[in-house]
Amino acid sequence: MNTAVRRTKFSKYLPFYLLAAPGMIYFILFHYVPIWGIILAFQDYSPYLGVFKSEWIGFENFIHFFNLPDFKVLLNNTLILSLCSIALYFPFTVLLSLLLNELRSVLFKRIVQSVFYLPHFVSWVIIAGITLIFFGPSGVITHSLEEMIGRTVPFMMSEAWFRPLIIFQSIWRDAGWGTIIFLAALAGINPEIYEAGKMDGAGRLRSMWHITLPGIKSTIIILLLIRLGHALDSNFQQVFLMSNNLNIGVSDVFDLYVYRVGLQQGSFSFGVAVGLFKSIVSLVLVLGANRLAKWFGEDGIF
Amino acid sequence: MQLKRYLSLSEILIIAFLLALTSLVVLPFLYMFAVSFSSPSESMAGNFYVWPQVWNDDAYRYLFSSTRFVLAIWNTVKLTAMGTVINLILSVTLSYALSKKFLPGRRGMMMLIFFTMLFGGGLIPTYLLVKWLGLVNSLWALILPGATNAFTVMVMKTFFQGLPESLDEAARIDGAGELKILLHVVIPLSMPIIATFSLFFMVSHWNEFFGAIIYLNDTSKWPIQPLLRQMVLVGSSNISAEAAIDEQLAATLGANVKMAAILIAMAPIVAVYPFLQKYFAKGALVGSVKE
Repeated sequence: MNTAVRRTKFSKYLPFYLLAAPGMIYFILFHYVPIWGIILAFQDYSPYLGVFKSEWIGFENFIHFFNLPDFKVLLNNTLILSLCSIALYFPFTVLLSLLLNELRSVLFKRIVQSVFYLPHFVSWVIIAGITLIFFGPSGVITHSLEEMIGRTVPFMMSEAWFRPLIIFQSIWRDAGWGTIIFLAALAGINPEIYEAGKMDGAGRLRSMWHITLPGIKSTIIILLLIRLGHALDSNFQQVFLMSNNLNIGVSDVFDLYVYRVGLQQGSFSFGVAVGLFKSIVSLVLVLGANRLAKWFGEDGIF
Repeated sequence: MQLKRYLSLSEILIIAFLLALTSLVVLPFLYMFAVSFSSPSESMAGNFYVWPQVWNDDAYRYLFSSTRFVLAIWNTVKLTAMGTVINLILSVTLSYALSKKFLPGRRGMMMLIFFTMLFGGGLIPTYLLVKWLGLVNSLWALILPGATNAFTVMVMKTFFQGLPESLDEAARIDGAGELKILLHVVIPLSMPIIATFSLFFMVSHWNEFFGAIIYLNDTSKWPIQPLLRQMVLVGSSNISAEAAIDEQLAATLGANVKMAAILIAMAPIVAVYPFLQKYFAKGALVGSVKE
């Protein structure tokens, strides 16, 4: 009897295990097998010898990396780029949401939103292309500026303009998209609070400051923490497409370095070591951000 | 006087500011559109304009008669269609199974999936795996490594859990098998979330660039984005080895051809955008769902 019960139970579960199987195989194959590849970081891996016969060298790759002058440059470039992006992207997105929230015409609001969301779906290749069309050596903006001030500003061919351009691109592409979540939070604020504020004589600006902003405070904090948790992750495609030999001093970030040294120059072991260092620091940052969110009295990210 | 009743000064300022920002998004596209349809001599002048003086469709004729360009578009269509279907099948089946709370081992599987959001092997081990599987130089190298993802599975799982269980039972009493229930009951009820993720998957395949650069040595298999980079950008971004050769190609193309290529590559996204837009907000919001 027991076996009969077990058999009916198993036949009840079987279809679901079969449904889950392809997906689980995918996760194990493409996410857990590469984790196993991390052992390359501790080897002097040679493709000819393979993982099993390559020489073990312990932490040599890491020690070598930390002692390179590149290390400091990469850390600087990566952190400055993501912190500046966060510092400018967030206030702008919040401001945009507040302004959209003030609009009373539903039609106008919808049109503006449609336009603002669109760049999010444009590929980085096209965004870099548009940037070149406007800021390149023969770009429209470069050209008009040249006529105005009498000299060429090397927007895309200098270190000075790399960070401003990257930040501008990020805002242009994603600020509109970012308003979705704030607008949802804004819609959740109880309208009675505004009524009460009005009764007490609060104008538009005052109610914005004292009611609207506190109303979306927790959303802002959570999103900010998530972004800070990813401070070491650069937007690889964006940086890759915008970097060139003339701005490499400021555009070289961890992700780009792993690609260049690891894949292009074929130093697999060293590349894996750099990638692993970045992953571990990122993991710590994400977990730390989550802790911090809870400490702020929020639900946390997970 | 009439207007004054409806619009206060602050509102006019807000509208003006937002209009200025929208034009910052719209004008670059209008400019590219105008240049793509104007004669090379007009665009050589380097002036900003959004209406060509003389309409000229040479750029589009050139691109559609270029085997390389048409082939790249065709590769992208194939990649997008195949990739999206595989994404959907894998995501839906896995998250549907995980939405069944009675399934033994469900929590363990969830943990395994969630962990991939926090930590991974990174670029090089993934590359070596794809190479070891023999996928280099095939479109599968662009599809299989991203066949689904933890975020999608978790959001879909939550959505399926929210569906009423009684429907499921009714179908079972009528004699439907699990696959039949999934296909005929669950999926029709889940169209909003399926549409949202289809859009995200489609866009990411259409915009596929980096995978092609690292996995496809055979440029005849390239989708449109890497080719677009060569046509429009190379020369300004000479980090990679192939750049020097193609600098010549980029230099010979006129501005009208470059901008027409960009617009053609964007066209499908702009075309599906209005139909799927009503799902965007929802999709982005599910994005903020916490586990």
